[in-house]
Amino acid sequence: MALAHVASSTSRSNLLRPISAFVFPNLRRQLSTDDTRTLTIETSVPFTSHKCESPSRSVETTPSELLSFFRDMATMRRMEIAADSLYKAKLIRGFCHLYDGQEAVAVGMEAAITKKDSIITAYRDHCTFLGRGGTLLEVFSELMGRIDGCSKGKGGSMHFYKKDSGFYGGHGIVGAQIPLGCGLAFAQKYKKDGTVTFALYGDGAANQGQLFEALNISALWDLPAILVCENNHYGMGTAEWRAAKSPSYYKRGDYVPGLKVDGMDALAVKQACKFAKEHALKNGPIILEMDTYRYHGHSMSDPGSTYRTRDEISGVRQERDPIERIRKLILSHDLATEKELKDTEKEVRKLVDDAIAQAKESPMPEPHELFSNVYAKGYGVEAFGADRKEVRAVLP
Amino acid sequence: MATIVGAATALSASKSFDSRKLRLPSRRSLPVSERKGSFLVVRSDGSEVHKVHRAQKLIANAVATKADSSAASTASKPGHELLLFEALREGLEEEMDRDPTVCVMGEDVGHYGGSYKVTKGLATKYGDLRVLDTPIAENSFTGMGIGAAMTGLRPIVEGMNMGFLLLAFNQISNNCGMLHYTSGGQFKIPIVIRGPGGVGRQLGAEHSQRLESYFQSIPGIQMVACSTPYNAKGLMKAAIRSENPVILFEHVLLYNLKERIPDEEYVCSLEEAEMVRPGEHVTILTYSRMRYHVMQAAKTLVNKGYDPEVIDIRSLKPFDLHTIGNSVKKTHRVLIVEECMRTGGIGASLTAAITENFNDYLDAPIICLSSQDVPTPYAGTLEEWTVVQPAQIVTAVEQLCQ
Repeated sequence: MALAHVASSTSRSNLLRPISAFVFPNLRRQLSTDDTRTLTIETSVPFTSHKCESPSRSVETTPSELLSFFRDMATMRRMEIAADSLYKAKLIRGFCHLYDGQEAVAVGMEAAITKKDSIITAYRDHCTFLGRGGTLLEVFSELMGRIDGCSKGKGGSMHFYKKDSGFYGGHGIVGAQIPLGCGLAFAQKYKKDGTVTFALYGDGAANQGQLFEALNISALWDLPAILVCENNHYGMGTAEWRAAKSPSYYKRGDYVPGLKVDGMDALAVKQACKFAKEHALKNGPIILEMDTYRYHGHSMSDPGSTYRTRDEISGVRQERDPIERIRKLILSHDLATEKELKDTEKEVRKLVDDAIAQAKESPMPEPHELFSNVYAKGYGVEAFGADRKEVRAVLP
Repeated sequence: MATIVGAATALSASKSFDSRKLRLPSRRSLPVSERKGSFLVVRSDGSEVHKVHRAQKLIANAVATKADSSAASTASKPGHELLLFEALREGLEEEMDRDPTVCVMGEDVGHYGGSYKVTKGLATKYGDLRVLDTPIAENSFTGMGIGAAMTGLRPIVEGMNMGFLLLAFNQISNNCGMLHYTSGGQFKIPIVIRGPGGVGRQLGAEHSQRLESYFQSIPGIQMVACSTPYNAKGLMKAAIRSENPVILFEHVLLYNLKERIPDEEYVCSLEEAEMVRPGEHVTILTYSRMRYHVMQAAKTLVNKGYDPEVIDIRSLKPFDLHTIGNSVKKTHRVLIVEECMRTGGIGASLTAAITENFNDYLDAPIICLSSQDVPTPYAGTLEEWTVVQPAQIVTAVEQLCQ
């Protein structure tokens, strides 16, 4: 429990780090109390397991953890909404996949693990990056292709990384990050450092062959790999049942144990990830299926309404929203007032706005950045340009 | 007949090239000279004994050409004699001894010892965690190698045959090549991907591929091709130590080449071409197995009074334009001999790079001899016509130096 608390408070203070100087210090102190009383909360949906015991439905948490969940998820939500506006204002171009609705997965997972554990995900990576301790400035700068972005503006929406806290991206090809994740787990076993890797993928990628190849190898070698299927029920515009003969993704590992988790409940996610980490270190890979939902379309070009009904979306928003769930918990346990939570939301809104303003000031990458980081160090020739115009040899 | 004419046409495509001149030698003299030359006799019954037998012939031949060359000959120095696959193994073993982060993964690299014995005995010495037998799932184990490399391990991924690496193309291109860049330099991928390629002895289309042309346009990848036991060991060690992803191309027919290499440790440069034979009249650029076809042709050419300069370009990406450029400045004529495909191959890239950089020094258009644009046929004679033969090289040089 102490571990989880440390992890969550670290991630919260990281979120605040960039502009913490001018953010209502009083309010912050008031809300992020060091209240570490243990609260036990029952998850509303039971876990369903495949070839393993289910973890207990009673999740232990603390008031400060709940408040940090609320704050982190509110920041993520606000960040994604802001990214949507920036995209419409044409400041963000290209691909942009938003995570709103799925925040509980990122936040709950972080609460159960440490920064020494590794996370690798696909292209819907903004919030996972933030959860790992990335800053809003890095997010918006990267989205706008500025030099202060986490990948110097060279990666874009799909390529967020944070090496120092074990975030391995940020990958654009559906499913191709899963073997990488199992490779990370292999390295962890090789180095015997007692950590695990969470390899995230969607229900669309769950039908990729390389998932099963990598799973087989991971199981053969007992790698500490946790495959997390973020099932938001649509692979782009194809409903899960139209793409998968068996949409019970937690069972599809066959010989690999699996657990179906309510991915809209941060506490359930935390409980499952804690369980999975212990399992993976002892017994090798496990699959977690997070039943979640994305409010936005697949990407910015998808209005998200041609393959599902508006009622479906608003139904999920009303009944299962991860932020509202935590809000209700906080209020029912009297950990904060409604006004205080509203203030928190205003506060993160300002944080996001400030980060955007700062990111807009960040310069575009210099021309020489075109050729940096192609190879790990400079060579006699700079790089192969597409038209070979950059290949120049200097003769004595 | 049609094939030969086709070949001649393809060759002449580069520049005014008399197809009749080429056709006659390739029809009449080739089979004879090749039976003598031994490593082009392609009628194989496939038995192991015969393979070894032919390999020994091949060794004699290669060593002879090696002794011929005035540069980089190590035959007279003290050292130890070994086969190319043993040289690769030696390089691998030395690096595994030196650096505990080096590990090997691939199909049958462990208990079986590697299909070409490059990893023989390593599993016993280093254990199953450092020498990993993988299932036949190139896509995933290559991806896992890349993932492990992101954390700082130095995996060597063996493709049992280059053709199989096509299954891992996505990983090699999208992840291996680009991650350093898309992460703004946060991650390095110090991985080595290696395996045998090239036209062997009637191995059929899939197992005779030269994939350097496929991989060459992936940004962020380095590619080297080894051709002698000396450079095989040196390049293997350099590739393992490199912070960049390196694809090391080996050739199925060169594994049993024998050479004396130094006892003391050495590392080759990944970006350096090798001067095989200095000369004055024409620059012949080649790599991998075609080096031996060129050296065979060089003998004939010397007898005919030509003095060709032979360069094994070795670094397929990026090219060593320094060495190549200096040679062009000296000879003003360039012939490229490769086993790669004619369309979009290494030769095509090399032609473009030379034209762009050193056009002013050229006295004649560059001639590029490549394999024919066909799936490598099984039948021995057809396979022979698919790749460039020494007689064609002789004709091309005569043409260039007219």
